[in-house]
Amino acid sequence: MIAVIDYGCGNIFSLRRSLSHIGAESVITADEDVIRGCDGIILPGVGAFGAAAEKLRAGGLAELVCSEAAAGKPLLGICLGMQLLLDSSSEFGHHEGLGLIPGRIIPINDVITRPLQIPHMGWNALSFPRENALFRGIEPGSCVYFVHSFCAVDCSEHTTAVAEYSAPITAAVARGNVYGVQFHPEKSGSTGLKILRNFCEVILG
Amino acid sequence: MITKRIIPCLDVRNGTVVKGVNFDGLKDIASPVDLACLYNDSGADELVFYDIAASVEGRRIFTDILAEAASKIFIPLTVGGGISSLADFERVLSCGADKVSVNTGAIRDPMLIPEAARIFGSQCVVLSVDIKLVDGRWFIHTGAGKINTGLDGLDWIKKCLELGAGEVVVNSIDADGAKSGFDLPLLKAVCEFAPVPVIASGGAGSMEHFVELFREIPDISAGLAASVFHYGEMTIGDLKRRLAGEGIPMRLDF
Repeated sequence: MIAVIDYGCGNIFSLRRSLSHIGAESVITADEDVIRGCDGIILPGVGAFGAAAEKLRAGGLAELVCSEAAAGKPLLGICLGMQLLLDSSSEFGHHEGLGLIPGRIIPINDVITRPLQIPHMGWNALSFPRENALFRGIEPGSCVYFVHSFCAVDCSEHTTAVAEYSAPITAAVARGNVYGVQFHPEKSGSTGLKILRNFCEVILG
Repeated sequence: MITKRIIPCLDVRNGTVVKGVNFDGLKDIASPVDLACLYNDSGADELVFYDIAASVEGRRIFTDILAEAASKIFIPLTVGGGISSLADFERVLSCGADKVSVNTGAIRDPMLIPEAARIFGSQCVVLSVDIKLVDGRWFIHTGAGKINTGLDGLDWIKKCLELGAGEVVVNSIDADGAKSGFDLPLLKAVCEFAPVPVIASGGAGSMEHFVELFREIPDISAGLAASVFHYGEMTIGDLKRRLAGEGIPMRLDF
């Protein structure tokens, strides 16, 4: 059973549909006992970093997610959920993240080398600087769907996938049992479903 | 490198998909849910569902169909038609839409754009415009292209993008249904100032028209079409392979 953390940030309809399509049982929840009882956790998220981090902390969920991750439970952050795994963000002020993976969030505009449309929206090809369980069986050059205006930097050896948008954009990060993807696997066709399946396999061990 | 998107548009009325020629002579063709699944499997990069219901009952049918289609596809879904309030945004987002397009609703109340952007994010708010050339100037039209609002097309788009729309679908009434190619001068004019993704709509009749679109306007993000796909004149897979062969970045792993 996968706990999809419900903290009022983002449309999780399609994520649940994708999980049920690949045969993974999930529950949308903010209940601490339910989350503790699940085998894996997905942290979704759409919207602004600061507000989301606040909501996650206010409900005591931030602490729980961190302790569960520290205990070895597989955790996957998606989009803003991935950004929240890092140290901090400069989206509308300075905000602290969960600090599970080193790195910070800055405007894509500060990364790209020529004027491009913001948000970075659409299907972009992945390349993999190192192997990671999440991308097992996925060819370099496979496309996934992105929608974001801020991006992760300084993740160093924890960067597991990159997309080019005039400059390399961090597409995925990982540190042990903690995974994050900037793109939306639930909106990325068969490639996205495969990535979610890989996460389920990580959970199964 | 980000790929160019190919987007089939499904106009839905009374539970079936409709496509007209110059907005007249509407013709029912197929089950929207079946078509959505077909497009999901054959390489569409996104789908647009457009509600052209004229009644409360029609709206209810549309909402049911939307929820069913959304539960079967795993690509982004944009919904438009009859969106005039935040409650409309919520209604279609709760059915599984990822983005919501506003057209006449924003003309009636432009503040709908910043209000929706604040709650759902700019990436969720798509501006859709129907533009027609009148006496050498582009004007925003409503009422299936029949009513000239008097709003200057480019000024209106600029204003809505400043208000927070995160993407714009530019539909040329002059080109729509004529199948003689996209309205390149109009699309070029929009791409010159728009800092957000621009989607070309209206006029696609052949693969060559898509090649021409992406070649002539490198900044265009996507090409949207309906009848050429619905009537099977070309498959999305064949179109994307052809475009890739012309050096245009395409997603081919589907």
